[in-house]
Amino acid sequence: MKVLILDPLKCTGCQACEYACSFQHTGVFNPLDSRIEVSAFFEDLSFVPTLCLQCEKAYCVEVCPTSALTKNDQTGVVDFDKDKCIGCKQCIIACPWGSIKLNCVGKEIIKCDNCEGDPACVKVCSAKALTFEEVEDVVLAKQKGTAARLKEIGKDLAKGVSS
Amino acid sequence: MIKGGFQGKILRVNLTSGKIMAEDLNEDWAKKFVGGRGYGTKIMYEEVDPKVDPLSEKNKVIIATGPLGGTLAPSSGRTMVVTKGPLTGTIACSNAGGYFGPALKHAGFDMVVIEGKAKEPVYLWIYKGEAELRCAKDIWGKTSDEADKILRDKTHPKAETMEIGPAGEKQSLVANVMFNGHRAAGRTGVGAVLGSKNFKGIAVRGNLGVKVAEPEKFMEAVYKTREILSKDAFSGGGAAMLGTAMLVNVINGVGAFPTKNAQDAYFPEAEKISGETLRERNLIRNEGCAVCPIGCGRVTEIKEGKYKGAHGGGPEYESVWALGAMCGVSDLDAVVMANYLCDKYGMDTISAGSTVACGMELYEEGYIPKEDSPLPLTFGSGEALVEAIKLMGEQKGKLGKLLAQGSYRLGEHYGHPELSMSVKKQEFPAYDPRGVKGIGLEYATSNRGACHVRGYTIAPEVLTGAADRLKYEGKGELVKTFQDLTSALDSTSICLFTTFGLGGEDIALLLSTATGFKVDINEFMKIGERIWNLERLFNIKAGFSRKDDNLPMRILKEPIKTGPSKGEIEELDKMLDDYYKVRGWDKNGIPTNEKLKALGLLD
Repeated sequence: MKVLILDPLKCTGCQACEYACSFQHTGVFNPLDSRIEVSAFFEDLSFVPTLCLQCEKAYCVEVCPTSALTKNDQTGVVDFDKDKCIGCKQCIIACPWGSIKLNCVGKEIIKCDNCEGDPACVKVCSAKALTFEEVEDVVLAKQKGTAARLKEIGKDLAKGVSS
Repeated sequence: MIKGGFQGKILRVNLTSGKIMAEDLNEDWAKKFVGGRGYGTKIMYEEVDPKVDPLSEKNKVIIATGPLGGTLAPSSGRTMVVTKGPLTGTIACSNAGGYFGPALKHAGFDMVVIEGKAKEPVYLWIYKGEAELRCAKDIWGKTSDEADKILRDKTHPKAETMEIGPAGEKQSLVANVMFNGHRAAGRTGVGAVLGSKNFKGIAVRGNLGVKVAEPEKFMEAVYKTREILSKDAFSGGGAAMLGTAMLVNVINGVGAFPTKNAQDAYFPEAEKISGETLRERNLIRNEGCAVCPIGCGRVTEIKEGKYKGAHGGGPEYESVWALGAMCGVSDLDAVVMANYLCDKYGMDTISAGSTVACGMELYEEGYIPKEDSPLPLTFGSGEALVEAIKLMGEQKGKLGKLLAQGSYRLGEHYGHPELSMSVKKQEFPAYDPRGVKGIGLEYATSNRGACHVRGYTIAPEVLTGAADRLKYEGKGELVKTFQDLTSALDSTSICLFTTFGLGGEDIALLLSTATGFKVDINEFMKIGERIWNLERLFNIKAGFSRKDDNLPMRILKEPIKTGPSKGEIEELDKMLDDYYKVRGWDKNGIPTNEKLKALGLLD
């Protein structure tokens, strides 16, 4: 299963992801219609992108009274069916990430749909703060990174023992 | 009917009457001058007497974006500040990166025209197509980063801001206009004009989208241009790695790095203030302006010593040079600190640094009496640099007030204006014309006083080597081409740095698919030439002509003492004749009627 990975340390705050996202979903460039949001912290000039993490235990799905939100077991995405939505906004309140929101006119619920497996935001992220990867690959890469560090520490330890 | 790119609305704010109006964009002007710098200049030309005192109520300030701002066109986050500049008395267009311009578009406006003068300090809050003037008494006196935060606190947590610092409020002629407290529309003293109007700044937040005329073709062009930029050595690699300060070693390496007020053009200690050292010593992360794939912006921190803990944006190349080599300072932490202070006070780093350098030479030569200076202003002293910037920013004492007027007026006061490294009273930037001939012609003829970003001939003359930097032949044509291209580019909202990878035809394609205007490369260049000539006409009416297209005597007479360009001087006159000829201007630098007719500038 592929997931969108966020790396805030690499984010330059350019917001290209927001522009690409809104265009993908509405045909217009409007950050307010973006499913991904870049928060800027001007006090230290740091930037953090946030978006729907397609939770396994999705509170938004649990509170939705009309089953407009459902967890798709095949894709892993929390699907949103606009036609079933009654606009009660309980999902907005339930989402711990603030990643379900109202669109630019403040009427419709919008959330990330992973662009059906080809996220527009990832394509324009030059800093590679956003990537779309297989979960297993992410785990393997992390394991290897940790292992590499342990290997170096191990060398030093070994030196300590032998001397 | 304009099909896309533009929002089609201009916000006009009269500070004297307090009246705010939304006007329709003039479609004919948009076709002839695009937006940003071009359209802004057209407004100035039609509405403001070029002879007006820049700091009087009659001057206007246009905060302008272009049709590509607020879209995904690469690096389209520039915001233009167009006015009559008080440092130079010429037309002025300063521009900044950041996120403000796109936010203005999303709030429904292509530009804001600010006119008149408020009785008391005010700021403008633009929200979802509406605007109101609000009291700014409690923000007056705040530094730009403080003002940025307060404006956001008072309006919307995701508002983007534009503000002047204390320098602008006190009408310092080196005052800039800041955006989000760390991005600067630096040159020609534009901040002082807003200060003279009692106008502290703007906060903006929108909810409208920007449409484009041909969405599919536009996105094709967007992906293509982003791809080109990601593969270019500068925009796809060096700029993100080292920031623009990567140029320190390059330009010093050809001996064109003005040092100690241009007494020389080679700085032996350049490595200590290079992009490489900055990365190692101070860099925290990169910052990218709106939708920019390049990300040359530096987020830095001072990690040790007496300025430990200070942090902020930058410095970029010109700032490192002006506050560093130009003052003979190789203490990078002091340079970085001086850069932060310039941002806080809201001062142009180039003019500020070069003015301190001029002050240092005046002091060392004994022209500034010791009693006028509260500290020994000596070349190479990081401490003197930082203290002088504080004096300038706060306009403390006689020297502080003089420094705040820029190097020309400082030199003039002490009887030596020739020690000001300026053209039309604006300090030149980080390339010594003696070592790069074409850029000297560019400084001399730039419509806003000495400037590198009106026509960046450094690209062919140094970076790619497509033109011989020490030859005079063909430089008229070269300078004209770069000036025209940049004028058009500055009218779209796209950043000049894209031109390292992109050609005019790429930008023209983005522009035409966004707006629906039929713009090919020829038309694009013609638009640029039209804008350049209109700026020139404004300046001519303001009283400028050939006599002002000049360079400091030092550049024309004193050979470079050391380094790879040793022995070189700049011979401007022969390039100037050539330049006027290729421009279709007469010997005095006045555009001929024939030329104006061809450009559609003669009614």
